[in-house]
Amino acid sequence: MEILYLLVPLSVLLVLAVGVLFWWSLGSGQFDDLDGPAQRILDDDD
Amino acid sequence: MTQAGSSTAGNVPETYHYKVVRQFAVMTVVWGVVGMLVGVIIASQLAFPELNFGIPWLSYGRLRPLHTNAVIFAFGGCSLFATSYYVVQRTCHAPLFAPGLAAFTFWGWQLVILAAAISLPLGYTQGKEYAELEWPIDILIAVVWVSYAVVFFGTIVKRKIPHIYVANWFFGAFILTVALLHIVNSAAIPVSFLKSYSAYAGVQDAMVQWWYGHNAVGFFLTAGFLGMMYYFIPKQAGRPIYSYRLSIVHFWALIFTYMWAGPHHLHYTALPDWTQSLGMLFSLILLAPSWGGMINGIMTLSGAWHKLRSDPILKFLIVSLSFYGMSTFEGPMMAIKTVNALSHYTDWTVGHVHSGALGWVGLVAMGSIYFLIPKLFGQKEMYSVKLIELHFWIATVGIVLYIAAMWIAGVMQGLMWRAVNSDGTLTYTFVESVKATFPYYVIRLAGGVLYLGGMLLMAYNVFKTIAQGTSVNAVVPAPVDAHGPTPTLAKA
Repeated sequence: MEILYLLVPLSVLLVLAVGVLFWWSLGSGQFDDLDGPAQRILDDDD
Repeated sequence: MTQAGSSTAGNVPETYHYKVVRQFAVMTVVWGVVGMLVGVIIASQLAFPELNFGIPWLSYGRLRPLHTNAVIFAFGGCSLFATSYYVVQRTCHAPLFAPGLAAFTFWGWQLVILAAAISLPLGYTQGKEYAELEWPIDILIAVVWVSYAVVFFGTIVKRKIPHIYVANWFFGAFILTVALLHIVNSAAIPVSFLKSYSAYAGVQDAMVQWWYGHNAVGFFLTAGFLGMMYYFIPKQAGRPIYSYRLSIVHFWALIFTYMWAGPHHLHYTALPDWTQSLGMLFSLILLAPSWGGMINGIMTLSGAWHKLRSDPILKFLIVSLSFYGMSTFEGPMMAIKTVNALSHYTDWTVGHVHSGALGWVGLVAMGSIYFLIPKLFGQKEMYSVKLIELHFWIATVGIVLYIAAMWIAGVMQGLMWRAVNSDGTLTYTFVESVKATFPYYVIRLAGGVLYLGGMLLMAYNVFKTIAQGTSVNAVVPAPVDAHGPTPTLAKA
């Protein structure tokens, strides 16, 4: 199962990347308001 | 379109790039009809093998990958392009980044589909399920996909709304992951223009294939369509998503846990036992985020259930979620090794796939396109709302016939194959199980014909809507402190 030497590191890298992205989005205030964004798409109408 | 920095200055208001959305939306319907028609043809070939006519190009083995490619990548793919390009613009208040590149993704993707429609019946295949296309087409797919990523993420970068709406997270994860899966799994050594060998061998190849295969289900057919769900259900219902907090948890839980479900496709094969068990474990874990998302979408209607009675588009969207819930429960159950011992290689698997494909992916895509078409062509609603209602019921009855027939056929096949006499010999020959399956193949065909019939109604309805409308591009809203009202529609 040498293929796992490719797939497992790939998954680990991916999870790390996802983790970094999550960390960034927390820090940059993406999740500070968890009601407004849901409402805002409804106000956006033609 | 000009790339003007401000939409408030001067006379020509900046508009969203709807042209590429229109193109993809229309082709969704066209490829839907084609792909489902091929599905009906191969379903009838399974029931009546004479329909292969002894013609190689029309034989089941060649048309089957044509069907899967057409419905997943042509119908599903076009609907994902259309909706993601629409949603990312509308939720970011920014026109598409690099509209020329976006146009390239449209024509490039159609070229991929055309190449598939020619090369698969001719018998050119890499022999990997859902990744059959030969290496030159694979390279074109990779180029188109990277361009798609540039357009999508470029638009996110130039957004005017600081918050990135949850649908875009799902679309973004879908785009990035599919790029990675496609590139790793399609690695091959070409020996001629239309022949190549996989870079991996034996069970290694099988593992990569199903790492790709199941994550394609997870990211192409789930994450992408969840992005659709998180935008079009709230819009169509006129209500915010039940819990925005839950949608964030849903997203991160899903993408953190998805990657390792693939080995459940290889239970009881040469794959090491522990890898199989790992695949089973991760598949079971997936039940939690899947159902979280399903409940979140359906509960959006909480307190407004009456809307389901009168709004057929909402019926499409909400019922798609109930099929999503069903198949994401069924999937983890089938991934349990003892259940899989019965279900594997039977038509139960086919039933499971189609409860997800027809029920979830198909219905949510159709509902979203019904939402989009009038908006893209300057109409208040579709040409005929009654026809949408009819489409919904025909499609739903078709799905139920299809999956019920395959459930019964699958369990029956599994039981017949494992039945042994007291002296240890097999009770049934294989062909006896094939014969016993015949009536269910006919019922499945009937279900497929109904589903295709619904799609034809949709094509007619879309055609009439476009015929009486004109292409319009909505104006990008001015920044919050804009002076005076802006017109909302401009001729394309």
